Amino acid sequence: MAEVVMPQMGESIAEGTIVRWIKKVGDRVDRDEPLFEISTDKVDAEIPSPSAGVLVEIRAKEGETVPVNSVVAVIGEAGAAVAAPAPPVAPVAPIAPAAVVPAPPAPVAASAPVPARAAAVPQAPAGSESAAEGQKQKSSPLVRRIAKDHSVDLSRVAGTGLGGRVTKDDILGYLDKGPKPAAPKAPAQAAAPQPAAHVPAFKPGDNVEVVPMSVMRRKIAEHMVLSRRTSAHVHSVFEVDYTRVAKIRAARKADYERQGVKLTYMSFLMKATVDALKAVPVINSSIDGDNIVYKKDINLGIAVALDWGLIVPVIRHAEEKNVLGLSRAIQDLAARARSKQLKPDEVQGGTFTITNPGVFGAQFGMAIISQPQVAILGVGTIEKRVAVVEDDAIGIRTKGYLSIGYDHRLIDGAVADEFMSHLKKTIENFDPDAV
Amino acid sequence: MPSNRTLIVRRLGVVGYAEGLELQKALVAQRAADEIDDTLLLLQHTHVLTLGVKAGESRTHVLATPERLAELGVEIHETGRGGDVTYHGPGQIVGYPIISLKPDRCDVHKYVRDLEEVMIRVTGEYGFTAGRIEGLTGAWVAAEKIGAIGVRIQRWVTSHGFAFNVATDLDFFRLIVPCGISDRGVTSLEKLTGREIPIPEVEDHLIRHFCTVFERTL
Repeated sequence: MAEVVMPQMGESIAEGTIVRWIKKVGDRVDRDEPLFEISTDKVDAEIPSPSAGVLVEIRAKEGETVPVNSVVAVIGEAGAAVAAPAPPVAPVAPIAPAAVVPAPPAPVAASAPVPARAAAVPQAPAGSESAAEGQKQKSSPLVRRIAKDHSVDLSRVAGTGLGGRVTKDDILGYLDKGPKPAAPKAPAQAAAPQPAAHVPAFKPGDNVEVVPMSVMRRKIAEHMVLSRRTSAHVHSVFEVDYTRVAKIRAARKADYERQGVKLTYMSFLMKATVDALKAVPVINSSIDGDNIVYKKDINLGIAVALDWGLIVPVIRHAEEKNVLGLSRAIQDLAARARSKQLKPDEVQGGTFTITNPGVFGAQFGMAIISQPQVAILGVGTIEKRVAVVEDDAIGIRTKGYLSIGYDHRLIDGAVADEFMSHLKKTIENFDPDAV
Repeated sequence: MPSNRTLIVRRLGVVGYAEGLELQKALVAQRAADEIDDTLLLLQHTHVLTLGVKAGESRTHVLATPERLAELGVEIHETGRGGDVTYHGPGQIVGYPIISLKPDRCDVHKYVRDLEEVMIRVTGEYGFTAGRIEGLTGAWVAAEKIGAIGVRIQRWVTSHGFAFNVATDLDFFRLIVPCGISDRGVTSLEKLTGREIPIPEVEDHLIRHFCTVFERTL
């Protein structure tokens, strides 16, 4: 394995921007064969591969700016396993340090093999060379070269450039996604916001140890930033009295244990959440363009902390399960998450997420939404507190905070609080016969 | 005295943009293989707008419609160079140094600063002080750009280069936001001096200062 680093292109140059990967993951490269292009200042440079082999991993995406000497790719021996496509090498400046790190989507240890990008590229029919020639006046030499390298017939690529000409972005997009219907104009899609100005994490010579992030870590990082950029996060916190639930739990715990199931506060919270989601269905929805997509199934994601990260297994059809069923499901999923036995579809398709920073002592957390969901519930520590009880007396009650993070694009404060009030009421008046 | 490396200068006259690209490509390959000496191409292009590697971004800096461009006879090209959109046309000397920066000039910033230096010195020949503007490339007379830079480097062999306005019809820059910088203008030697200046004379100055700055001998 050989690591490819961002080269030092000049004394005063601390970082470089990857403009284009000339090779794809899985491609064979020879030593000194052009591997990627970088740009810095007004200069664009083509960087050759330091060794021969197979490009097994790309760690810095096109458009990303990384410090000099950070690893941007890995070259393995022919036949080496190909890694999953990778998010940023060096993260952009940290976002508000959240007490809670919830809900990344599906970073499963045994991840599905990466679909070879080439598979999506249709082979040009025989004689495409002349077709490409016919496009000569309509595209740049660079575009024609890319087309030729990938055997793509340019006449099949929708051009968004001047006079319908095929631009470099068009051809690269085509190679990424496979053919798309020709459109008269580029879709009016808002450009992704530029990442915040890159601040180098260290200088050459600093006393630091640089450890590459795991795939899971990088996926979490990428998803958290994506979510922050996507949703208009607002948080709201409720205090909930668990005294009644504590009593029911004490009474029924032994029964559950005889069936091999642990009855926890989470058991009650999951059931109360499902009821509240049924009462306020917009919390169990997603945004799709200008549409609201109401999810008829309630697939409840429960964040599980692992020694090596975080995973969010999903209880499917939570609305069909009672307290016993929900408790059994989360117990099974959490155990398998910790032994890395989850199947990919068991961490996908969640419609709402519960995260539990309280297990680590947090009073409450301000969680980040797991996309494309629109809300997330944070469970704070449950403990005995001094409270004002009947007749203005002071008493001891079992209490805890529940927080909701919601997407204000879709959910207004009144709606979020309606959901939370429903949840609080259900917990505080829990029906013992339902357990 | 250590002898400087040889520089071959080729004055090509007016060249179409695509033709210029093909020539550069061939020369870069030959220079990388050490089949030719360092080479400086000097030429003028027919009217063309060129987009840098960030073509998607720079496209928004083209202000004219395709119809208007066609009417004016202005081509549009994507290129492999760094930088944003720029205009080339008659009256502007384009310099494409195809030189190897190895072994002692492997610093892309230094290379860009050196190209600026050449244009600053040539402007000085006509009695005007040009300088650099922090954060922007090129040679500037006050807040107006007289020389632009866009460079590509492959294995430390350079291509693309600089464009120096001698008698450029500056109206063509109104078709674009030059290099994405909207609040600064462009100028030329003719605009500064108010007289006609022969292109070959300016080429002579460029060649001489290029050799001094880059320590090359004709």
